[in-house]
Amino acid sequence: MGVLMSRVAIVGVGWYGFKPTTIDVSFQDMMFESSARAYANAKIDPRYDVDAFVDCQEDMWEGIAISDEFAPEPIGGALRPTFTVAGDGLEGIAHAYMLIKTGHFNVVSVESHGKPSEIKTLQDIYRFALDPLHVRPLDYVNPLFYAGLDAVAYMKRTGAKREHLAMVAVKNKNNGLSNERASFSTRIDLDYVLSSSYSIYPMTNYEIAPFSDASITFVLANEDYAKKLTENPVWIEGIGYSTETGTGATEWHEWGKMKSFRSAALMAYKMANLNGNPQVDFAEIEDRFSFMELLALEETMLVKEGEAHKMLEKGDLNRDGFLPVNPSGGSLSMGVQLEATGLSRLLEAYLQLTGKAGNHQLKNVRRGLVASWRGVPTYTSMVALLSV
Amino acid sequence: MSSKINKLPGIKLKEKEMYSLIGLVEDMPQAKYDFAAGTTISKFLEGLKEGKILGRKCPKCGRIFVPPRSYCEWCHVATNEWIEVPQTGEIHTAVITYISTKREKIERPEVVGTIKLDVPGYRDGEYEFAGLFHKICVDPQDVISGKAIGMKVKVRWKPKEERKGNILDIECFEPL
Amino acid sequence: MRSNIFMKDRVAIVGAGITTFMRRALETPRELAWEAAKMALDSAGLTLSDIDCVVIGSAPDTFDGMHLKGEYLGDGSGAINKPMTRVYVGGGTGVFVPESAYWHVASGVCKKVLVVAEEKMSPAHPHPQYVFKYIWDPIIERPLGPNLLWIFAMEMRRYMAKCGAKKEDIALVSVKNKRNALDHPAALTAANITVDDVLKSETLVWPVNLLDVSPVTDGAAALIMTSENVAREITDSPVWVDGIGFTLENQHWYNRELAFPRYLNYAARMAYKMAGIERPWKEIDVAEPYDPFDYKELHHIEGLMLARPCEAWKLVREGYFDRNGELPTSPSGGLLGVGNPIAAAGLMKVAELFWQLRYEAGKRQVKKPVHKAVANAWGDLMQAGTVIVLSN
Repeated sequence: MGVLMSRVAIVGVGWYGFKPTTIDVSFQDMMFESSARAYANAKIDPRYDVDAFVDCQEDMWEGIAISDEFAPEPIGGALRPTFTVAGDGLEGIAHAYMLIKTGHFNVVSVESHGKPSEIKTLQDIYRFALDPLHVRPLDYVNPLFYAGLDAVAYMKRTGAKREHLAMVAVKNKNNGLSNERASFSTRIDLDYVLSSSYSIYPMTNYEIAPFSDASITFVLANEDYAKKLTENPVWIEGIGYSTETGTGATEWHEWGKMKSFRSAALMAYKMANLNGNPQVDFAEIEDRFSFMELLALEETMLVKEGEAHKMLEKGDLNRDGFLPVNPSGGSLSMGVQLEATGLSRLLEAYLQLTGKAGNHQLKNVRRGLVASWRGVPTYTSMVALLSV
Repeated sequence: MSSKINKLPGIKLKEKEMYSLIGLVEDMPQAKYDFAAGTTISKFLEGLKEGKILGRKCPKCGRIFVPPRSYCEWCHVATNEWIEVPQTGEIHTAVITYISTKREKIERPEVVGTIKLDVPGYRDGEYEFAGLFHKICVDPQDVISGKAIGMKVKVRWKPKEERKGNILDIECFEPL
Repeated sequence: MRSNIFMKDRVAIVGAGITTFMRRALETPRELAWEAAKMALDSAGLTLSDIDCVVIGSAPDTFDGMHLKGEYLGDGSGAINKPMTRVYVGGGTGVFVPESAYWHVASGVCKKVLVVAEEKMSPAHPHPQYVFKYIWDPIIERPLGPNLLWIFAMEMRRYMAKCGAKKEDIALVSVKNKRNALDHPAALTAANITVDDVLKSETLVWPVNLLDVSPVTDGAAALIMTSENVAREITDSPVWVDGIGFTLENQHWYNRELAFPRYLNYAARMAYKMAGIERPWKEIDVAEPYDPFDYKELHHIEGLMLARPCEAWKLVREGYFDRNGELPTSPSGGLLGVGNPIAAAGLMKVAELFWQLRYEAGKRQVKKPVHKAVANAWGDLMQAGTVIVLSN
């Protein structure tokens, strides 16, 4: 079997945190804990068995310029082939996938972490991602307004109502109740959300994901190694990522859509030799803003355009529905861990497929989709298709 | 390239031109962070307050780390033992700085360098060692002549009442 | 890592572009990225619609004054509705971007990759040096008020002490590179200077003087990298990527011997192994070692095993590394002569080797015939080593 034909699998995972604050540990301690658990899970010694280490982080989230300085030690990558990707953890998975596919690397680990609780001026860091010439001088109070613009445009285009956005929050916040990583899960009903005041029109506070601290590490391997290392490998059938436009060129963005999801999904499906809808058993889909779950479902072509809110209304997206979406509770329940957000969703999909999701385990799942976005103000998304 | 292309893109500006550009936006990030030191470094800092230098030992390879780490980067296992290390060592390298962090000239040049502490227990020869990066109270001339490199030094502590539990509790390293 | 792998498809460089290197550019970072990318596309006879993936390299976000800088550079780098990723290993990024592009192509995921590196250091005020304050450990190092130059000076001092090199020996590298740069159209600090000029320039952190250091620079560079089949269609003279190597040392630089760059040596061994090179000092014809400081070129020549440890400074005196010497290093003029827009400077070095291997470097073309070439970059707190081996 040729190298390029060899499949790539997830063979181990470790995580630490998923709490609103982690004052007792430094970010390096968090990275060490999650990576040590991942290597234990994969039954390997990182100092000998891992051929390359990928770390995903951004300088200003870390509060350190050139933050990759701190990457190698805690993940076992000191004096080894280690590098960082300034992007979401799922981009790191894409790099690991490609490294393995070259045939030069057998086992690659991917770590990402976020410690938003240490950032005192989070809003201003977001502001610093906006174009300095056209956007910053306008002095918006909250850079998350971009999401509001997309939400309104999406509702107008598809006929989804404000109630549908609230329904996403109700579903996900309740789903999270049986997930140990869902710090923000809560028992709420539709009336409760609808009677709350708007944070960013048309969304209330319950429809915007809060932040949490976490570190997550994945170990990936080629087919030969995967079969040696574990009895239940989870195969990466396809992975895609795409950028619609730069943060300074919003004029290219199609409001109310998220083309990067579509491009990333097409890339992943092509890799998996599929056309269109991949027939998945469940999905872990971007939901840091409630409307994004509906939008991303349509853009990844899991459901037809304009149908997502109708399916939601019918209960098709519930845990016992036709297509369970975010059985973990999603980011609305688990929070956003900055660049680790994509990996937190991949983690949930991995646990489902290996039957280790605990109280929120779905029955008979063989294939799942993960879709994540880098958040405001970016137009970059990642999609991964997994199967057992 | 040079045979085919004569002019490269790019428009140069003088400093004055840049600051008189129309539409120049001045902006300053309000980036503030609270870094958790973690239990290991916190204990190290407490040690400094008490006039001690604490190291941490790896159970697998036996290396003693100063500054301490909660894990061994060479074995990827958690370290498990505190060890108070000697406050003496030798200068590995030293330089004289004439400029500040912001690259302004400073009045009195300072000597800074790295110190290899007298800590035994390293198996891998001389490449890695326990040590600190700090100010060194030696004559700048000794840095230029090379006398300072390899010189034996010890810690000069700040007076006890002024110590706050940070790296500046060590005033500098001075000749033994 | 497996080294004797059967490869269906080699990876080639087929085009390169570069902007002028400037102290202050009128262009925004996005425009700089676009200018370099456009030139690279033109040189390969391609348009943006031919490109299927984009890899971006850029060092600290704070220079350009942008958070999520990769996302900001997206449209300028041609990443509209395309897979775009930004890789990052501090100063080592410049050489690392084509390495990353290598696995984009070698994996079969992409066929034609646009590689862009951009840096605009001039927006930082009052001086870009201040940005480097934030590279230090916030608890153990930052309270000492360090300046980035300190760590280089310490390394240089250690190299001098261990190897017996003097400041005037090391200054020869600056003289050589600034002279080489006189022939580079992008050069910012090309000059005919003497060792005395270096020694008499302002002392910043002894033993580092102003002319030992590369300048603050704005600029961008770009490459086009493709699979073998595509390359054969585009050009008769593709330049092949034979090997890639990268290593990150531990972050505790003061717990290490500074006289020899182990971070680079490990990366070089990885790249040579992949390229099947056993005696680099004999097999490499031309090199672009990373030279943000003059001693650093010597340091890196030794790390790349092009000279024995502590011997490079002696060879430089003999003219061994001159453009018409036995093993020309930094024929472009390097960072000292052309300028140092961090990530773009590293990519400029790879672009130079591309031109050298195609005999297109004009006045800069080295005298001897060239077949194999190596470039490296360094980054972080004496940690990141990135190495790429090319051939024609």
